[in-house]
Amino acid sequence: MSKVQIINGNETAAMGAKLCRVQVIAAYPITPQSKIPETLIKYVESGELEAEFIRVESEHSALTVCISASTVGARVFTATAANGLAYMHEQLHWAAGARLPIVMALANRGLGAPWTIFNDMQDSISQRDTGWMQVYCRDNQEIMDSIIMAYKICEQLHVPMMVCFDGYVLSHTVMPVEIPDQKQVDAFLPPYVPHLQVDGPDPININPVMLADPRTNAQGVSCPSYMGFRMRLQETLESAGDVILNVGREFGDVFGRSYECLLWKYRTEGADTILLTMGSLANEASLAVDALREKGWKAGAVALRVFRPFPAATLRQALSDAKHVVIFDKNISYGNEGATCTETKAALFESGLRPTITNYIVGLGGKSITAADLEAATIKSVEQKGQVSTPQWIGVAV
Amino acid sequence: MASKKDQFISACATLAKGEAGNTGEWRAKRPIIDLSKCTPCKKQKDTCYLCWLYCPDGTVKRGIPLEIDLQYCKGCGVCAQVCPTKAIRMEVEEQFVLSECVIQEEVE
Amino acid sequence: MTTKVMQLPEEEYMLPGTRACSGCGLSLAYRHILKALGEKTILTIPACCLTVLHGLYPSTSVRLTNINTAFATTAASATGIAAGLKALGKTDYTVVGIAGDGGTFDIGIQALSAAAERNTDFLYICYDNEGYMNTGTQRSSATPMGAFTTTTPGTKIEHKKDILAIMEAHGIPYLASASPAYPLDLYDKVAKAKNIQGTRFMHINIPCPPGWGFSTDDLVKLGKLAVDTAMWVLLEIENGVLRLTGRSRSMARSGKKKPVSQYLKLQGRFKHITPEQIDYLQDWIDKRWQRFLQRHELSGTA
Repeated sequence: MSKVQIINGNETAAMGAKLCRVQVIAAYPITPQSKIPETLIKYVESGELEAEFIRVESEHSALTVCISASTVGARVFTATAANGLAYMHEQLHWAAGARLPIVMALANRGLGAPWTIFNDMQDSISQRDTGWMQVYCRDNQEIMDSIIMAYKICEQLHVPMMVCFDGYVLSHTVMPVEIPDQKQVDAFLPPYVPHLQVDGPDPININPVMLADPRTNAQGVSCPSYMGFRMRLQETLESAGDVILNVGREFGDVFGRSYECLLWKYRTEGADTILLTMGSLANEASLAVDALREKGWKAGAVALRVFRPFPAATLRQALSDAKHVVIFDKNISYGNEGATCTETKAALFESGLRPTITNYIVGLGGKSITAADLEAATIKSVEQKGQVSTPQWIGVAV
Repeated sequence: MASKKDQFISACATLAKGEAGNTGEWRAKRPIIDLSKCTPCKKQKDTCYLCWLYCPDGTVKRGIPLEIDLQYCKGCGVCAQVCPTKAIRMEVEEQFVLSECVIQEEVE
Repeated sequence: MTTKVMQLPEEEYMLPGTRACSGCGLSLAYRHILKALGEKTILTIPACCLTVLHGLYPSTSVRLTNINTAFATTAASATGIAAGLKALGKTDYTVVGIAGDGGTFDIGIQALSAAAERNTDFLYICYDNEGYMNTGTQRSSATPMGAFTTTTPGTKIEHKKDILAIMEAHGIPYLASASPAYPLDLYDKVAKAKNIQGTRFMHINIPCPPGWGFSTDDLVKLGKLAVDTAMWVLLEIENGVLRLTGRSRSMARSGKKKPVSQYLKLQGRFKHITPEQIDYLQDWIDKRWQRFLQRHELSGTA
């Protein structure tokens, strides 16, 4: 029988990794995630989790250890935030190109300079080009469930995934989490079978230098070029939606909470004004929707669960009746606009749908953002009739 | 979608001799062994083999007589320098290439 | 007992026809390193000359599995391999990280220090051609004082970083310094290191014809001169006890050491070295040699 514990996001992430019987862990402490490696060490030292925990000297090495351990066939786990994720950047590209099912817990935090230890999503959003899948959690239960599902998805697709959750807002906030039963997790998630054999009969040179054109090997087989390998990654991601949905449905069948969706919808039936968010802000968005509905607005909220691969078709469907889309980004692609805004506009382009789209930059460096703020912003953007095309910032007095 | 059966999920190279092609074509000079001075050959015994030991490319085959794989020998000249009896000399490659061409013409 | 030529395995793990330069010191060293390692070895190699020697996809010239890794990461990659194999119960493999001086002294030193501090169970081999040769001869902190490189177009004014001292400070069980000019000594050290638990570090002198400016046929002659002048010293440090080996050991007994100028004048890269720099180098060599002799005396093998 599963039981409920009142735990914070970090403890939840660590417990999720433990339930997945990860075999090699390499994680470097960084606020607000340090409790994750600390908790995992406790599990390993007590014998609750049989794993090698490597006390690396940096995040760049943390991900490198995971890459090599995963290559030889171990199930691996890491966790980081903000500048730690940025430090790993080169290796994020490597892990995806090497097609390794690495799962990372990411406690979203803003990047220096100047320093902040508090929450925003600039860290993970900056890495959206690397080939990693990304899911964003609304609460701690989703952290637990997403980590378990992540291994199943990643090991099928041979693509890594980061499970993102808002630093401090979730990482440090306790809430009830139903802990899945170990036996059920074991049945849901069989042991990892790597796609490479490093100890096979024939030696292999893994991820060598390659050229721009396909070449034939000594056995006469035509082998892909660099672009060929990279296209395979993209093709896998383009068709990953089905795997993610299947695993989400299967999770629901086993554990009673279904994730057979790429995004969450709240009161979107008949809505002509949609608030679009990701992560914990989805909770505030639902409260804002309730307040707007009280005032007679036909408002609804959509929260992206899966950000990479980007659920363009599903999002088009969710926004098909919208006259106004108000997009709240806890990030910004400097020199342009919030990432969710850009990607939403791109998704809508081929549909012919032309709602007004307003972009708000919110919550950077942990700036508090409330349901009332979202409600007021929505009202303002409808008044603006979508004529303000540059991002607007909420909560910046100076 | 890449499945487990796709052998190109990630990039793995397999073993091949001459990975860089026929590196013998790099040569400006080729080693010629004078078997009358070569110690293993003279003594009919497995001994010396310093040329085999010091060849950076492993193109010298230990044995009586010693053989150098000219398909891959890059002509560095290390073997000639280390040979204690000066049994190996480096000869300009061109003369061999030309003579091979001449032979080709005669055959035609 | 030192292995003799005829006792070396005949089998080559590095097949001929590689992309290594003609007369490459690394190529010569690598042949014998691989013979000593044999089967049940997993290599990990960062971006460097050795990556190119291993070959372009889809072919490789080396008969052992290698996991290519990013430039700064050799020791971290080896750590991951060792951890993964341990977690999987595959304990009969030797994990070997092989990097150049760039990947060891400079960009890779952080991960290396961390792996050594944890006494990670792997063999780390630094092949030192004294510069970033794969990218066209830029200086590294392993480039000797007085040498030309493309980023020290006059001469390098800083002295070579003492990597052995740095690694010895980590308290690891085994360190060794070797040369392809003495392949039997090199082979024996790799074979010994293979069977030691914990972090083993080897530093190998790799003369590089294009980078150093010498004729390819002088490869072994130059390697021997490096040792004869004590610019390079053949030694082992086991659990803190230093002993000289091979030619360096003979030199300790005979007291004979050639002046460094004999080594420098064979190489184009020292064309502009100043007399002051030569004096500094000679003085540094002499003092270091004395320190090694003193430690060697205490080893009980002098």
